[in-house]
Amino acid sequence: MKKNTTLTKWIVNIFFVVVSLIALFPLLSLIISSFRPSSELMRNGITFSINWSELSLYNYIHIFTQSPAYWEWYGNSLIISTLTIVLSLFFSSMVGYAMALYDFKGRNFLFLCVLVIIMIPFEVLMLPLYQLMINVNLINTYTGVMLPLIVAPTAVFFFRQYAMGLPAELMDAARIDGCTEYGIYFKIMAPLMLPSFSAMAILQGLNSWNNFLWPLLVIRSNDLFTLPIGLATLLTPYGNNYDTLIAGSVMTIIPIIVLFIFFQRYFVAGLASGSVKG
Amino acid sequence: MAELKANNRNNTVPLGKEKKPNKVLGFLNSKKVVPYVFVLPFIVSFAVLTLYPTIQAIIMSFQRILPGQIEFIGLQNYQRILNPAFYKALTNSTVYMLLTVLILVTIPIILAILLDSKLVRFKTFFRSALFIPALTSIVVAGVIFRLVSGESEFAVLNQIIGFFGFEPISWQFNAWSGMLLMVFMASWRWMGVNVLYFLAGLQSIPKELYESAEMDGANMFHKFRHVTLPFLKPIIIFVTTISIIGGFRVFEESYVIWEGNSPGNIGLTLVGLLYQQGIQQNDMGFGAAIGVVLLLLIFIVSIIYLLLTGAFKRGDE
Repeated sequence: MKKNTTLTKWIVNIFFVVVSLIALFPLLSLIISSFRPSSELMRNGITFSINWSELSLYNYIHIFTQSPAYWEWYGNSLIISTLTIVLSLFFSSMVGYAMALYDFKGRNFLFLCVLVIIMIPFEVLMLPLYQLMINVNLINTYTGVMLPLIVAPTAVFFFRQYAMGLPAELMDAARIDGCTEYGIYFKIMAPLMLPSFSAMAILQGLNSWNNFLWPLLVIRSNDLFTLPIGLATLLTPYGNNYDTLIAGSVMTIIPIIVLFIFFQRYFVAGLASGSVKG
Repeated sequence: MAELKANNRNNTVPLGKEKKPNKVLGFLNSKKVVPYVFVLPFIVSFAVLTLYPTIQAIIMSFQRILPGQIEFIGLQNYQRILNPAFYKALTNSTVYMLLTVLILVTIPIILAILLDSKLVRFKTFFRSALFIPALTSIVVAGVIFRLVSGESEFAVLNQIIGFFGFEPISWQFNAWSGMLLMVFMASWRWMGVNVLYFLAGLQSIPKELYESAEMDGANMFHKFRHVTLPFLKPIIIFVTTISIIGGFRVFEESYVIWEGNSPGNIGLTLVGLLYQQGIQQNDMGFGAAIGVVLLLLIFIVSIIYLLLTGAFKRGDE
């Protein structure tokens, strides 16, 4: 019996090593390929065998010295993601907090609306929103890209769930001390919600950093492209830009993976809150 | 409890009022008004970014929209939908949805149960390894999958099938292999997230239940069938529902492989058709009609699924 479980343990653990290798292989192979000559990559794609002698830093030297556009995209993505995180956390947390801790008319209806937005596929709203952006001159602007993400329903939902677990007695105590309702939120309750802010910062940051379809519609000029849109323009069957594309792809995911290693707990909480295929 | 809280708060109102001589500030700070100030951003964004576009999408679907000239054309957009490209897109999206639901529900359950058992060491590492692909953007995933599915016999996928004695394949140019590429890409990216959902569900099962089942002489299979599955059911329903919705919404996987122009429309999806007609051809009325059909499709399929699984029934567990 004992022997049997040891054997099972070995089998299961080896199985997970294999599964992990399959999960990590695509990213590892991309990183290794970023040191290969782009012409060779174009011809053979990603291969199992590595020709050590052909590996070089050429693609990275190229991207740092010859691809100013790439760095413009990087800057745009950084600005848009940072602003999205700050604004969406500010607004979504207030909404979630009020829905959890105040009694007011229409509260349940508004919560129902949150769920409805989560259910409605964005693609259905895309054309009217695109038209609206044209009419109000927000096409090709940062604001236009960020707008649909600012009051994020998943974030509102998450903040509400979190705020429900906060002690409402604290609010009454603060009121007796003469604190305003807004003071209660910013000075007392929001700091208590800090763990949920971390999780949502990661969810919103990732959503915005990786956002594809909406920026694809809204952004028209090359100098305003975000990283995914810019990199997608390099995805051609002719492979003439593979040096920038491969090294550039690696450099868009490395910062995220580093952040993940440091803030794993918040990543898990953030993504598990319902961003599947968002 | 809720009443008690409400009472407590009401008691404090006079105190707050005494301190506020300024009427405007007092009004803004009254407990009747404050919650609405807090939720105002949501009300505005719901009205402008969800309610308005939903209604507008339905209206647009009955219109022919040309620059500076809009006319109602009744059901013409919907009649035009019934064409081979639409059937192709519908089939592709549906097949994609079915395959991703199948893969992204069954495999994560198995992985999660194994990860939750005492058998596995380094749980955190394995969980992280599975989860990391979810961090990659669809474009980076597209770069990778285009390169592993290259036509050359040395490319990874051809090497793998070559190991089993098959000839190299042009993965991006066959209908079936193109579909597989999209499904692989989605499975790779979302497996770890679904494993997390199931792990969270498994951790809520009281361990005593397994112990008492063991005392009743239940084997592994019985425990899975009568303890694990019933407890996981709500999570399974949740994951399946979001996978159905996500499956019908497929677009980006196809876009990054073929840039929107797949040979013989092998990668055309419903959202792809919407994008092609509504944005690229600037035929917004027609695009909106495709959107409305997509919305109805998602609603109908999700509701049928939820009815079949009894998710609407209350108090049965």
